[in-house]
This record gives sequence, structure tokens and C-alpha cells, in this order.
Amino acid sequence: MKVDWTTFWPRILQATGETITMVIFTLIFASILGIIMGLLLFATRKGNILENRFIFSFLNLLINIIRPIPFIIFLVAISPLTRFVVGTTIGTTAAIFPMTIAAAFAIARVVENNLVSIDPGIIEAAKAMGASPIQIIFGVLIPEALGPLILGITFITVGLIDFSAMAGTVGGGGLGDLAMTYGYQRFDTSVMIVTVVILIILVQIAQFIGNMLSRFFLRR
Amino acid sequence: MIRLERVSKIYESGGKKVEAVKDVSLHIKKGDIFGIIGFSGAGKSTLLRLVNLLERPTKGNIIVDNYDLNSISSKDLRQLRRKIGMIFQTFNLFNSRTVYGNIAYPLKLEKKSKEEIHQRVTELLQFVGLEDKADKFPEQLSGGQKQRVGIARALATSPDILLCDEATSALDPETTNEILNLLKKVNEEFNITILLITHEMNVIRKICNRVAVMENGRIIEEGEVFNIFSNPQEKTTKNFISSVVNEKLSSSLLEKLRKDHERKLYRIVFSGDTASQPILSTLTAKHNIHFNIIYGSINELQNQLFGNLIVEFIGADSQIEEVLKELTEIVEVREVTNGES
Repeated sequence: MKVDWTTFWPRILQATGETITMVIFTLIFASILGIIMGLLLFATRKGNILENRFIFSFLNLLINIIRPIPFIIFLVAISPLTRFVVGTTIGTTAAIFPMTIAAAFAIARVVENNLVSIDPGIIEAAKAMGASPIQIIFGVLIPEALGPLILGITFITVGLIDFSAMAGTVGGGGLGDLAMTYGYQRFDTSVMIVTVVILIILVQIAQFIGNMLSRFFLRR
Repeated sequence: MIRLERVSKIYESGGKKVEAVKDVSLHIKKGDIFGIIGFSGAGKSTLLRLVNLLERPTKGNIIVDNYDLNSISSKDLRQLRRKIGMIFQTFNLFNSRTVYGNIAYPLKLEKKSKEEIHQRVTELLQFVGLEDKADKFPEQLSGGQKQRVGIARALATSPDILLCDEATSALDPETTNEILNLLKKVNEEFNITILLITHEMNVIRKICNRVAVMENGRIIEEGEVFNIFSNPQEKTTKNFISSVVNEKLSSSLLEKLRKDHERKLYRIVFSGDTASQPILSTLTAKHNIHFNIIYGSINELQNQLFGNLIVEFIGADSQIEEVLKELTEIVEVREVTNGES
């Protein structure tokens, strides 16, 4: 049972739009949350500008609990919370919530790792100039780590395209949903190939933009 | 300007206590270029960081610019730090900012207007001789240029004190001299008190007026650079001095000299005015004996001469005795024995 491509293209277009929506909104929310968590994690580390063992241990533990859970399981496990926050567990909007949570913790780690690699001497220099912790975070840490940070977030974005496909299978819509219902369950290989090609193109675009931005900020 | 009273700093790592700074008292006066020399691990880096409280003392009092650092509020501390510039061995420039941006950063912290910042940065770029590098990023600069940016950045807020953490240790000898001259100019033109740490005696000799020698967390010797050079007391101090003033002879050379010269050898140490007077020739002529210079070196230190000669005297023993007696009253004279070179 083959699909009729003249009527099917608009569906593909719509699914692509849903995937892009999920990824972009997740990226925005998760970046905000993840960057805040990552900065806190770094700043509260032992010997750092806002050293605080309690906050550090709490965040560190939380990240280590959430991160290893396979996303497809996390998606289901978190659904009561999703229903509570979004009102439903089905549809593109509902998919953004679990994706944001999972991605935020991943971004927090990426942010922390990139901050750790900043030469402590640079932070010391800013401290010696009389910069406050807030001034150091926004005036030194973020600008110094921005290049590699963008690459890290690009990596997460590519992962999000993958997440969105999984979210699709549990009613999130998007290309993943399409590929599963038409390509996998109805054995229509052509649909699968088309969706996969579109996914590949999306990943290429995301990586291209990320590389360009990071090169601009790395100034290399 | 800076006063340390019985300051100690103890680190605890893995249950082990490490006393990096032990009971150090120091007084650095306004306008000094004060050098602290020591081998790595002597505690000088920790000592330097106590002055702007990048490290907190475990014991003792530190007074900087009339602030007692034990009771300073964090707001006052940030204010004080803007009056203390700091430069580093690894420069620690912000890689994400241009040369201009690096120098402007401390001014931005002070919330200065764009015009004020532009004027000050331009001034400083000119002072360090990097007018044409304003838009370059640190990675596009050489080591010497990076340190110039570091100096300009440290001077941006017109500090009273400049702390130098091994500021020339990563530079080649020629660039080191350029940077040292620049530091001297900073001290002379702006009357900025400089506290520097180094492991190179050459740095002390070139620009410092006072020096403290540090070993195992303690200051083992301290004083005017000229006095320390001409009359060092401690073994470590002597070692540091011999690294720049080549007064020691190798034992093999000494042995050869003693073989070639049957007479007794004497070391004569001149310093200050005596180094520029013809003392030896006057005295030997007076007593009608001759002298033969076997080895010698004359160095310039703090605009004074400092000399070191090994000589033998040729003539009657009684006359030589007389010459030695009169010499001893003016300069330091020691007989060179096998044990001492």
C-alpha cells in the first residue's frame, strides 16, 4: 500500500515544520535552563567564585540521575509531570517539555565542561581587578567559553533532532512520527527514505550554523 | 604602603598541612621596587597573593594602603583591588577580547564612560608602545607584546601598587630586558610601588632597590639590593648572586691558579665609591711592591659599581703585610684558600 505522493508532500512539509518547532523551542528553553545550571555547577565547585558544597552536590547528583535514563523511557516516565505542566501528553507542544528537561541537563554538563577548561589564571586576573562574581560570570566566563560552548550546544541540537523523532513515536508529531507510521508500520520504504534524507539535511544545516557561529566567536 | 606583620599561610590538602608562608614580616615603602626571590615552592607566589587577598592569611596582619585586610569588607576589597594592578607569568589576557578590550575591561568595571575609556586606553597603548595593535587579539601577539598589554591593563585604573608574578619568566632575555625597562618607567613616571616575585637574580639586579630572599616559606635575608649583593649572608642568597655575578671560580680553575702562582692569593671586594678609586695602585706604589690581577669582575648595581678581584702581591713580605693592613681598613680583603674560591 503505497502513499500518494501528490497529497503526501504537504504532510511531509507539515511534519518537518513540527520537528523544527520542537527542536527550536526545546533549544531555547533548554539553553536558558542548561546555561544557568551549568554556570551554577561551575561557580559552586570547590575553590571557585561562589563555592557552595550543597548546591554543587545537589546539581551534580541530579544531572547524574537524569542523564543516563534513555530518552524514550524518560519521555514516558515524566508524562504525569508533562500532563501537569502542559495539560496533555500528546502533540508537538507536549513533546517540547520532556525534551527541554532532558536537553537542559545535557547542556548543563556541556557548559560546565567548557567553563572548567578556561585557564584559572584568567579568572584570577579578573578577580585581582576587583570584578564581582556576577561580573566574572558574564564578563569573563561566558565570553571566554562561547566558541566551544556553541559547538557543544550544536552537538546537543543534533541530538535533539534525534529526540524529536522519538517523541514523535509517542504522539509528538514530526518526521519521526511520519517515518514510524508510514515507513515502518506500513512498510513504505520510500517514506522512510524521504524522512531520513530530510533529517540528514536538518542535521547538516544545524551543524553548519553551529560551526559558523563558533568560528566567529573563537576568532580562528 | 604594604605592611605584613607575622603572616602565615597554611594550606590543608588531603589531611596534610602545608605551611606555604611562615611568620613573614615585611614593609614595602611607597615608590619601592621590592623584589622577592626564591626557588619554586619557596612560597613567594602565595606571599604575593596575600597582598590583594587572592589568598587569605591564616595568621598575622596585612595592611595595604591603610586597609587592614583582616577586617576589610568585600566591597572595600573590590575597591582596593582596583588600586592594585597585577601582571602574570602567563599574562592571563582575555582571549575573547581585543587588546583594546583587555585594557578597557577594568575601566568598564569602574563604569567609566565610553569617551573616558577611549581616552585612557589610547594613552596606555601609547605608553606601552602598542598603538597599532589595538584591534588584535592576544593570540596574534608575541610574548613581550602580551605582557605589555598585561601591564597596560594593570595600569588602567591608575593603581598605587603593581604586583608582578614572575612577569618575565616566560620571556626571552632580550624581551625580559624590555619589560623590565618598562616596569622601571612605570615606577618612575607614575610613582607606582612595585612588588615582584622572581627566581631570576638578574631581574632583582636590574630594577629592584630592595630584595627579600625567600626559602621554605620564610624570608631568610632582606635589605637594599646593593648591600645584599656586596655582602650576602645566607647560602641561598650567595647562590642566587653567583648566578648573575660571576665571582666564584670553579675549583679546577682555582687549583690551576694556585699551581701557577706560588704566592698567596687574596680576594678584594670593592663596593660603592671604593670601586672607582685607584686604591690598589696607590697603596702598592706607596710600599713599593707590585700586584698582579689574576681574576676580576666589576658589575653595575643600582647605579653603583661593585667589584671583585683576585690578586697576588709581589715584593717583600713585610711590605705586603703593611699593604694588607691598610687595604683592610678601606675594602674587604680575604685570603683565598682551597676551601673558598
